[in-house]
Amino acid sequence: MKGRVALVTGGSRGIGRAIALKLSSLGADVAILYAGREDAAREAVGLLERQGSRALAIQCDVSDYRQAEAAVKQVAETLGNVDILINNAGIVRDALAMRMSPEDFAAVVDVNLNGAFHMIRACLPALVRRRSGRIVNITSVAGLMGNAGQANYASSKAGLVGLTKAIAREVASRGITVNAVAPGFIETDMTGSMAPATLEKGISAVPMGRIGSVEDVANAVAFLAGDGAGYITGCVLKVDGGMYI
Amino acid sequence: MIFEKVAEMLADYKGIDVSTIAPESTFADLELDSLDVADLVMQIEDALGVNIELDPSVTNMAALVKRIEEAKNA
Ligand SMILES: NC(=O)c1ccc[n+]([C@@H]2O[C@H](COP(=O)([O-])OP(=O)(O)OC[C@H]3O[C@@H](n4cnc5c(N)ncnc54)[C@H](OP(=O)(O)O)[C@@H]3O)[C@@H](O)[C@H]2O)c1
Repeated sequence: MKGRVALVTGGSRGIGRAIALKLSSLGADVAILYAGREDAAREAVGLLERQGSRALAIQCDVSDYRQAEAAVKQVAETLGNVDILINNAGIVRDALAMRMSPEDFAAVVDVNLNGAFHMIRACLPALVRRRSGRIVNITSVAGLMGNAGQANYASSKAGLVGLTKAIAREVASRGITVNAVAPGFIETDMTGSMAPATLEKGISAVPMGRIGSVEDVANAVAFLAGDGAGYITGCVLKVDGGMYI
Repeated sequence: MIFEKVAEMLADYKGIDVSTIAPESTFADLELDSLDVADLVMQIEDALGVNIELDPSVTNMAALVKRIEEAKNA
């Protein structure tokens, strides 16, 4: 991936950071977007630079199209046009549907689904013009099988699958592939904030009997973002220890 | 005026001779698919500072130029 520019939303922490580091280890220059935790973003940039990549962190709320567009422009001016877009930024606001506020439903869809569209919308013209590129959207098995207490999150992640497939069809003729990766339970701050009993119950539903690592997800993303996956588009690759078969 | 400008941009975009582009040339004649048209329209919007409304009834150069003129006068 030498000479390529990757943009990873939510690349400052968790799965996004692991993806950024993996792409960087393969030679890419990497821009990460983060919502507000500047310390984590700065630390991630330090790690990327130590691996020999040019790196850049931009504070950007992907749910705001203007900010997304400005961030993509800033990356193009600083590192070059984006070759690889990883839509990883995501949030949860769990509650049973009958207790979920419409605001919490909308907020999750705004970041997880609209945010991904905003980034794709801002990156596509340059990708189409150059007739190559890779887009990988991080969805979730919750979007494939549903999950009680996550009506907002599961909807946003299922929407991301539809988005992936529609855009894949639109830009296939330009050599741009669009795929999704659907993690199951992965050890991050997101799962760390779950009630231990809920987490335990979740893991017991995983045939492989263990929680996944951020590297498990990053490896799958790197494959889809690489030259070896040039004939794969519109697919949803599960990284879930067999949770959803 | 606008036709000449668009023809020039299109010739540049496709790497073809501008004299092969006529008002009645369809996008299909010019071997432009829907992504090419969308891309070209975005370039025209940037160059002319207009917002162009496209729909499937716009299939040739004359119709595209008409839309651009409408956008300029809006
Ligand atoms: N962890 C799991 O088990 C699991 C399972 C399936 C799918 N996933 C998906 O994997 C992705 C990453 O999850 P994670 O567990 O690594 O999450 P995380 O540790 O909570 O990290 C979230 C990242 O997204 C950024 N972010 C949040 N809202 C944003 C916004 N509006 N605009 C831009 N960036 C924003 C955060 O920035 P700040 O730090 O600045 O807030 C942070 O970098 C998410 O899409 C998630 O849904 C996770």
